[in-house]
Amino acid sequence: MLRLALKMLFGDTAKYLMLVVGLFFATFLIVQQASVFCGLMSWTTSTLSNVGAPIFVVEERVEQINETNPLRDTDVARVRSVAGVKWAMPLYSGIQRVRLDDGSYKTVQLLGIDSASLAGSPGRMIEGNIEDLRLPNTVIIDELAVTRLARSPDRPIRVGDRFEINDIEARVVGICDAKRSFTGGPYVWTTYERALQYTPASRKMLSAVIAASADGLTPSQAAVEISQTTGLRAFVNEGFGDNPNDFNTSTIWWYVRNTGIPVSFGTTVIIGLIVGIAISCQTFYAFVLDNIRHLGALKAMGMSNPRLSLILLIQSATVGMIGFGIGLLVCSGFAYIAIQNQQPPFMMPWQIPVAAFGIIQTICFIAALLGIIRLSAYEPAMVFRA
Amino acid sequence: MNEQTGRRVVTVRAVDKHFGTGPTRIHALKNVSLEAFAGEILMLVGPSGCGKTTLLSAIAGTLRVESGEIDVFGKPVHAMRNADLTRFRAAHIGFIFQQFNLIPTIGIAENVAVPLLIRGSRTAEAVDRARAALESVGLGARWRERPLKLSGGEQQRVAIARALVHEPPLVICDEPTAALDARNGEIVLELFRNVARSPDRAVIIVTHDNRIFSYADRIARMDDGEIIEETLQPRTEPPHFIHEHAHAVSSA
Repeated sequence: MLRLALKMLFGDTAKYLMLVVGLFFATFLIVQQASVFCGLMSWTTSTLSNVGAPIFVVEERVEQINETNPLRDTDVARVRSVAGVKWAMPLYSGIQRVRLDDGSYKTVQLLGIDSASLAGSPGRMIEGNIEDLRLPNTVIIDELAVTRLARSPDRPIRVGDRFEINDIEARVVGICDAKRSFTGGPYVWTTYERALQYTPASRKMLSAVIAASADGLTPSQAAVEISQTTGLRAFVNEGFGDNPNDFNTSTIWWYVRNTGIPVSFGTTVIIGLIVGIAISCQTFYAFVLDNIRHLGALKAMGMSNPRLSLILLIQSATVGMIGFGIGLLVCSGFAYIAIQNQQPPFMMPWQIPVAAFGIIQTICFIAALLGIIRLSAYEPAMVFRA
Repeated sequence: MNEQTGRRVVTVRAVDKHFGTGPTRIHALKNVSLEAFAGEILMLVGPSGCGKTTLLSAIAGTLRVESGEIDVFGKPVHAMRNADLTRFRAAHIGFIFQQFNLIPTIGIAENVAVPLLIRGSRTAEAVDRARAALESVGLGARWRERPLKLSGGEQQRVAIARALVHEPPLVICDEPTAALDARNGEIVLELFRNVARSPDRAVIIVTHDNRIFSYADRIARMDDGEIIEETLQPRTEPPHFIHEHAHAVSSA
């Protein structure tokens, strides 16, 4: 019966291809747009990944990492004084403009970390030594900066090159691997004290205090203790999930609630869904109508409604799997190019293809259901009519 | 068999059927009674719209009647549940349709194998039996071809093979020659007579093609939803060229 169902399906080449193309298109739109959305959302938390501290302490009204309500420098000492804190260091994070040799300006995400401990330094150095950050007027740049701050397309920036931040010299002593920022500017690390020199002065300059929990305490427990003791807001940095005290979770939900990004991507995903439903249901229904006499003849010859329904379900599920497979394959190609070029943002957690597969199979089930309803209402005696 | 000595396989008693409602309501079958016997070819004849196909559908269990009784092989078709009726059709009835109703996207052997697949046979076994059935109608060498590659006469021979492959005791044919020219129609009927007739099998054919009446053992003439005449007729030999061709085909 499986063979019969598939041969009937593949035999009608035009409708089969139309179904596959419709479902491929729907799969591609859903998976690609959802993955770009997740990628973009992951970029919003890239400072958290790049700094990598287990606890971030910020001003009490701050909801997301890219929002800066500066603290007093004394707040570092207040956090250190909390019993559950192993260590606490200052962090500067802000957007600054870099002046290149040719006089042009580029925006960068400047991070200032504690010069003694270097807590918050890049996770992986590609070139140079993190210790060199203690030398005068030095910075470490990420890989994106190599091309973004290049002197010319043929002359990328290298270790030893110089540029200016706020008229103060910055000498590149290292290149590191870093997650790309939401604003698109490359990350530049320097010491906290030097970051304050690079930044136009204001009364309060401390962006956050990064900390770690004392032995025997989880970061969540320490964060609660910090909040209760200092009145500041302490987030843990464990990754997006269902913990509202996680800075990644809080940041991503802030962007979901306060920007039009989810609406924009969601609209495209819904369009993909509608296109998939429209093309697939219409084409599959036309396929059933084209074959109604043959299916009716099978019914007259003694094939039961459940077995006829099974034929339609097999056919629709098959085109669903093929369309989904091609869509996912093309999306993987898109992902490969995106990752090579570092843009557009792309992140495909396993939930996206699983959800897309469920959606596509639901579309196919709806399409099959329409055919089943039509076929169930078809009297086998109709096949005797000329 | 012309004396109706065969086993009674179909009994239709006082059957009524209407179509439509209100002023357009049509009385399609009016108190119709009929019998069919094993070993005979019964033809239901009459003008278009007289109710022959409706009666055939009711006997085949594809159409419910409003009153009366229909027994096929002793089973009350009129009172069966749909699921039982479906199983009954699969086991006892072979169908030949006016428009053949072969599935165009699969090969003719697979088309012929369909009744066996419906009854739960394995695909390989069903296709083997289908190929043997195609041999019997002279199309064994073309078992891989799709139906649309065949002429109308050849397609009807495939339909005959499909109707007989599971050896049903009752074969139902709806206008089997309507889509064929005269020569192909007579060849198909002769082939059909050779292959389908057996002491245990009844054949009911609906037709208004008077060229093939000579193949019937009994003719029930219908008009306006009623059987107005039933006649037994002696068997006649078909024209010589048809007999030779059909013999060549069925023994190919």
